[in-house]
Amino acid sequence: MAEPSLAQQSFLEQRKRKLRAITFARILIFLLFLILWETSARTHLIDAFIFSSPSRVLHMFVSMVSDRSIFLHMGSTLAETLISFLLVFLLSLLTAVLLWLSHSLSKILEPYLVVLNSLPKSALAPLLIVWLGANMKTIIVAGMSVAVFGSILTIYTGFSEVDPEKIKLIYTLGGNKRNVLWKVVLPSSIPIFINTMKVNIGLCLVGVVIGEFIGSRRGLGYLIIYGSQVFQLDMVLMSIVILCIMAMILYQGINLAEKYCLKRF
Amino acid sequence: MNPLLKLEHVSYSYHDVNGETLALSDISFSLETGDFLAIVGPSGCGKSTLLSLICGLLEPEEGTISFLGMPLKDAGANIGYMLQKDHLFEWRTVYSNVTLGLEIQKKMNPERLSNVDSMLKAYGLSSFKDARPSQLSGGMRQRAALIRTLALEPDLLLLDEPFSALDYQTRLSVCDDISAIIKKEEKTAILVTHDLSEAISMADQVLVLSRRPGHVQRLVPIAFDMESRTPMRSRNAPEFKEYFNLIWKELNTGG
Repeated sequence: MAEPSLAQQSFLEQRKRKLRAITFARILIFLLFLILWETSARTHLIDAFIFSSPSRVLHMFVSMVSDRSIFLHMGSTLAETLISFLLVFLLSLLTAVLLWLSHSLSKILEPYLVVLNSLPKSALAPLLIVWLGANMKTIIVAGMSVAVFGSILTIYTGFSEVDPEKIKLIYTLGGNKRNVLWKVVLPSSIPIFINTMKVNIGLCLVGVVIGEFIGSRRGLGYLIIYGSQVFQLDMVLMSIVILCIMAMILYQGINLAEKYCLKRF
Repeated sequence: MNPLLKLEHVSYSYHDVNGETLALSDISFSLETGDFLAIVGPSGCGKSTLLSLICGLLEPEEGTISFLGMPLKDAGANIGYMLQKDHLFEWRTVYSNVTLGLEIQKKMNPERLSNVDSMLKAYGLSSFKDARPSQLSGGMRQRAALIRTLALEPDLLLLDEPFSALDYQTRLSVCDDISAIIKKEEKTAILVTHDLSEAISMADQVLVLSRRPGHVQRLVPIAFDMESRTPMRSRNAPEFKEYFNLIWKELNTGG
């Protein structure tokens, strides 16, 4: 390959410099925030008992790691989120296929789905506790309830937007509706599945935390409620930080799955 | 002997809440094995509807379509349909795109597959078997789409403006390619197009449809006085201009 021209080199150099500056600024903001928080707590500018501080959060984390209790809470939130995420995906995929198979059914159910989707799902959580009891099942259903209706609507819309000419092609090749589903509709909707999953993983986490707020004795949601009731704000903030990190890791997991899918399909 | 395809007084209308639209009225014509018929007409005259009727995607409201003397529905006719766009699926390789029809009809047997292989080879696509459709040029995509249709070894080939998505230069050469392929595979074909030169250069007969509701305005037989006819050579023949003017006049006096 030929050596890139001087203009191209300086363009690349400039671009690299800009990207580096952006990364630097991101880290700087984070560090400044931590330093500001820590110093204002230490100089009693803010009340560390209420606002906590990075070192107190870290201290809380280390002590909960050493008595191993944190793993139970993190593990149950993570497990509940993943289970509800998987169930949401399967359920919404199946429902969307049924709706796609029957146009009448989709027209009949459409208003119900729209209403259920716009309903604030946190309103359901107390009901779920009463109906299903204060156990893991309830938390998983709470997690699902936040994501499932929107997910059905998105996937079904994706199905119905498949190019009708592509569907006609299958019929001209002698295919039937089942062939249309397997050969065109499902494969062409893979990008929609991935986008829905990216949204769902966050929503399931929201639902699970809401569920844990009111119906659980473990999980990060429980720690937040418990911590705020006994005025252990270090515990509350630590749980929030862990939730942030967990959400980020789960989202990146879907991104990795997407990259793998793009390579395969 | 019965003709390969025969349409008698076929009519069809579309229905929606605003009323019905008569798309085709009283269409009759017949086609013998080995014929190449082009159908031209103003846009919206029901050309594509006619193809959908012939391939059985739609059923005529009046009239009958018969295949070798039997009603189309019972004839088990093997009709290939090539759409305007190639619609090659990006999530499949070129090879699994051209064998899509065989896969759907569960005919992935060695004879059919070796036929596909030899077509891929003959039409310059065998080194692109494992490529993605996006790696092919416009003309190659169109050839792949034709092989996908021919893989089912149809008795009758329907072409619905298969070149309209291509730029002019590619169009001329793909026109030659496809015409050569159809001739070599000895296929009977119906080509729908709004491009008069394309129709005259490729077909043995041109059917002129009137404005909506489409009916047969005139059937013009095309014959060129030359040895081995290709669309490109036909375009340069002296008779070409006469046919063009004749059909042009028909289109403009119609309906």
